Amino acid sequence: MSSSDEGLALRLVRGEETALGELYDRFAPLVHGLALRVLDDQDAAEQLTRDVFAQVWTDPGRWHPGQGTLRSWLGRLTHRRAVQRLREDCGDERRIAARSAAASAHHAVASLPDPLREAIAPGHHDGRTYRDTARRLGISETAAKHRMRLGLQLVAGELAAPHGGADDGHDDTRPGAHTGACDGFCPEPVPVAGRPGP
Amino acid sequence: MTAPGRHDALRSLLGAWALGACPRDEAAEVARHLADCPECAEEASRLRGAAAELTPDEPLDLSATLRRQVIDWCLGRRPPELPIPVWAGPYAAESAKLDALLRDLGPAEWQEVAELPWHGGVQRWRPAEVVCHLTAVDGYLARTVGLPDPLGGARPPVVGRRPPAPRVPQRGEPADVLDRTLALITAAGGDDPEQVRQRWRRQSRALLQAASAGDGDGGAPVDYGFAVLPLRDAFLDRAFECWIHGDDIARAVDYPYPPPAPAHLHRLIDLGARILPRLFAARRAQPVPAGSPGRALRLVIDGPAAGEWLIPLDGSGGSAEPVAEMALDGLEFCYLAAAHRDPDLIPVGREGDRDAIRQVLHALPLLSRP
Repeated sequence: MSSSDEGLALRLVRGEETALGELYDRFAPLVHGLALRVLDDQDAAEQLTRDVFAQVWTDPGRWHPGQGTLRSWLGRLTHRRAVQRLREDCGDERRIAARSAAASAHHAVASLPDPLREAIAPGHHDGRTYRDTARRLGISETAAKHRMRLGLQLVAGELAAPHGGADDGHDDTRPGAHTGACDGFCPEPVPVAGRPGP
Repeated sequence: MTAPGRHDALRSLLGAWALGACPRDEAAEVARHLADCPECAEEASRLRGAAAELTPDEPLDLSATLRRQVIDWCLGRRPPELPIPVWAGPYAAESAKLDALLRDLGPAEWQEVAELPWHGGVQRWRPAEVVCHLTAVDGYLARTVGLPDPLGGARPPVVGRRPPAPRVPQRGEPADVLDRTLALITAAGGDDPEQVRQRWRRQSRALLQAASAGDGDGGAPVDYGFAVLPLRDAFLDRAFECWIHGDDIARAVDYPYPPPAPAHLHRLIDLGARILPRLFAARRAQPVPAGSPGRALRLVIDGPAAGEWLIPLDGSGGSAEPVAEMALDGLEFCYLAAAHRDPDLIPVGREGDRDAIRQVLHALPLLSRP
């Protein structure tokens, strides 16, 4: 959520070691998971994980709320750097595009704001319903239904958007249908007036 | 046909329906509606497509080694303005490792029962109850650094199911460890394990922030009710318990759980070696005669956390003479101090006075508590 993002970013700027640990604990699965999907190599993924966190730690002022959530920004940064890394070793643009696209579904989900991502997180196969999800997250059933629908709409929109495996993104230019929609995301549901989303 | 007015209600269910998260009767109603309503059918098929792409999150149990490597790599490139004090380092690492384990537990695993041996018996608790226990005892440190006590107004339950506590409750508060734990378990009765985990994690993070913001020497006294430790040692004590109980949970759910980093293990062993003489002093019926140097035991730790300590056996006199040497693995030393090993069966290299060695081996588990 963006308020805790801003608090964390401020502590990173101040050089608090505890903030670095929190940044790692919150986002290492995202960063490492995306790096592994694009690079398909454990050592390379760990090295990229080190480089991405070092970039944020040494220059924490780079992120600001206008760029979307810290999560989506880190997802884009990782995706871009992983594709760059892949390109250094491999000149085959088709292969690069295929790997980049393979990571995009993961990226689409990973970049959702926490409240939406938690609501659509897999784990319903064991018979749990949106009522259980509402209880688990401490929200109303209406809010749970709303978040599930909105979250899936954003993922569907991201998957339908054209993908630039070949984007060399100076700054992020990926079609971020969700970025705008999530910027002002408020955890409580806006009354669903007919059809939210794209 | 769908009843008038049901369209909007059913439409709002489409996300849950696509995820397979509707109760059976509602799922059937949605399915009937889709046959009549092309608009909803179109959205439902898009959302189903997106739901099919969802994969479980990446495993959260990334190696603890990677965490250390990444953080060290970062700190090497920009030294922190507000570092975590060295004495809080083991707690930072162990609480992160336990948190990663807890975030990985599924609903069935939260129902497993962990066994927590200590020298007075075995506690049998579900993972969420173990986490309540850690939260309750971490609360001693919270009070010291000016954070709210997690027990708040909760009082120990008036039941007879706890063993008699030989400790004196202070100032009417639930002063002993088991009382505080049971009070928090009772207070958290209806909570989801996720809420219990978050409460513990929020407090452990706040403790680390307070330690980093403090004066650095960690001398503030932490009152456990039955003992007082300086904050720097209390953080080591909490790191030790966080690791041991994380290990207890991991055993119950059959997950691997790596030991602390060698440098951290060394500090935990050091705490045990420093506290042991106090135990001997407290248990002696009569003080050592003045002028007598007393005996000591040389503790030699093998393995990655290697080191040597001289442990006075007759009070904490500085000039005690070593009468025996005992060598053992650092992890085994810690497991013995947690009463997770039998002092008569643990592999130990012995030289010199056998009784002195036996005295230390049998005293170590007494450092344990629930």
